[in-house]
Amino acid sequence: MESKRKWACASALTVTMLLSACGGGGPGSSGGDFTGDKLVLAVLNDQSGIYKDASGPNSVKAVKMAVADYQNKYGDKAVVTKIEVTSTDHQNKPDIANTKAAELYERGGADVILDVPTSSAALAVANQAKNHKKLFLDVSAATTALTGAQCNKYTFQWAYNTYLLANGTGATVTRNGGKKWTIIYPDYEFGQNMTKSFTDAVTKAGGTVQETIPTPFPNENFATFLTKAGSGNPDVIGTMQAGGDLINLVKQFNESGLKDKGVELAVGLMLINDIHSLGVEQFAGTLFTDPWYWNQDPEARAWADRFLAETGARPSFEHAGNYSAALQYLEAVQAAGTDDADKVVANLEGKKVNDVFLRNGEIRATDHSVVHDANLARVKKPADVKEDWDYEEIVAKIPAAEGFPPAEASGCSMKP
Amino acid sequence: MSAVVQYAVQGLAAGSFYALAALGLAVIFGVLGVVNFAHGAFYMLGAVATAVLLDTLDLTLWWSLLVVPVLMFGFGVVVELLLVQWLLRLDPLYNLLLTFGLTLVLVELVKQRYGVSGLPYRLPGGLQGRVDLSGVVLPRYQLFVLLFSVAVCVLVWLVMTRTRIGMIVRAATEKPELARALGINVGRWVTPVFGFGVALAGLAGVLAAPFRAITAEMGNNFAIILFAVVVIGGLGSIVGAVVAGFLVGLVEAFGQAYAPTFAQILIFVLMALVILIRPAGLFGRQEATT
Repeated sequence: MESKRKWACASALTVTMLLSACGGGGPGSSGGDFTGDKLVLAVLNDQSGIYKDASGPNSVKAVKMAVADYQNKYGDKAVVTKIEVTSTDHQNKPDIANTKAAELYERGGADVILDVPTSSAALAVANQAKNHKKLFLDVSAATTALTGAQCNKYTFQWAYNTYLLANGTGATVTRNGGKKWTIIYPDYEFGQNMTKSFTDAVTKAGGTVQETIPTPFPNENFATFLTKAGSGNPDVIGTMQAGGDLINLVKQFNESGLKDKGVELAVGLMLINDIHSLGVEQFAGTLFTDPWYWNQDPEARAWADRFLAETGARPSFEHAGNYSAALQYLEAVQAAGTDDADKVVANLEGKKVNDVFLRNGEIRATDHSVVHDANLARVKKPADVKEDWDYEEIVAKIPAAEGFPPAEASGCSMKP
Repeated sequence: MSAVVQYAVQGLAAGSFYALAALGLAVIFGVLGVVNFAHGAFYMLGAVATAVLLDTLDLTLWWSLLVVPVLMFGFGVVVELLLVQWLLRLDPLYNLLLTFGLTLVLVELVKQRYGVSGLPYRLPGGLQGRVDLSGVVLPRYQLFVLLFSVAVCVLVWLVMTRTRIGMIVRAATEKPELARALGINVGRWVTPVFGFGVALAGLAGVLAAPFRAITAEMGNNFAIILFAVVVIGGLGSIVGAVVAGFLVGLVEAFGQAYAPTFAQILIFVLMALVILIRPAGLFGRQEATT
């Protein structure tokens, strides 16, 4: 690992030296305040695998919508006219994400990397952002480590984290009477981090987690895991599975008869695309945290209509989050008048924001967590669905102050 | 006690998928000598076809159990005639690469057409709910899957042992040179046998549709376990594939129950042990080892 990092640093150094030796576009060499006279927004995410529908190519379109909105708003007054949006597939693999991020910063001319689902991959990109002193606005990864132990000056977490999911779903379900929990989780960074956050939230709300069951990832057969979980007679089975694994688990939970025994299913992370693909029937009644829902208010809906026209689907919170991250980045560039990362960061830090995605949003300077109001949602019954993608009923608002951990508790230290 | 019975039935139900699909894999390997890497993709196509047929033509699971294997048989025949047969004369590695490539193509095509989050599917009413067998509560559908696959396996076994076609296929599977020496035209059976193997994978896919996520990638992980099953049972052994399929299902279930972290590793530990002790698999021809 250590040698790999050295190697990466060495190659980064070589490339930089080569570039300056050739007299080619080193920082600020031409065109004043923009590297290469243009701004490059690089979306790095899953373009082909399990998270493709939740974010993927449609997030690239969302970022392009933000660029168009920025250009319409500022017209001639825009500080930069040439803005490029690129997209790269990281296949949810940390090693690929690591190499691609380095490539994007060094050779792709990327001023900012956006999105990056899969927590382990996002942590790798955060490290590259730190080394290259370029921005990374993460939208789709959930680990609290991004704004905690592994935070850095150039990394922001825009949409959500495991603490929000746990305090939204975990605490509320516990307060509503689901005191005894059994948690089933995929055995990797995201699942472990989720389990820890949920255990804390459930305990704080007066419940107990009596058992945690790790499962392989990916996995198709959950029947026995569920029987085992049910044998402890919990009030709630919390699942931290995501994507296809979540669908497997929900199908097998519905079949297992645990529902009839009064066991509730709480889902750690669910996206509207999961409901769309499995059908409301299978999920009906399930409580979960949705950081943003396309039909939560008229403003969100108006944007969702544009998104529908553009893509043929309604946006997930990750799509909206990418739009918001790109838009606020462009606003910060406009205010700074340059793509210089340090100046843009200074413009983002501490800013209070309201946009399509962020409600009562604040870009916290202390840990670079973007905090905002979120929703506790319940999946509608098939009879209550009035239109396509009308799947969620908002049960409660989760105010920013409750949903996100207090900045002091994040464990983040920005010192290099 | 009731928990142990429950785990056992769940294990056997999970094993049903492995047994059915591995049976197809074993027959194909036996007669064609092809290690069919596309078997996981055929399983996935079976499930996708089931979901699409319900969505477009309103065909319920009962119909799919009939129609999809027939469609998959046809698809298998096409694949054999267009692709596989041209490489049979060459090193087996070529068909291994071909079927591996075919998997990638099929998975990407399904992704292009149906996306990655999967397709919805609902169980027919008659198979919902639970059965209470003196204290052991089991999902009705799991029992159905188990009984249905055992019935299919028995049927295949009867065809293999009691009919002329079966005997030819068995002879071609187990002693191909001898079968040819006795003047049996093995070549004639190659295409239908490939189709039959593909149909069995498709059938496993139909059974999986109601309680597994129907996605383009659903066959990938399944295929990996499937190869462990075939190695444990003995490459080319028909009985071995079925027995090992159920055995692996049981190992998976009890692993999930008592050592969740190791649930999947246990299958490969079992595979490693079998290779160490009986290199040709539990039911394989041992002469291959000396």
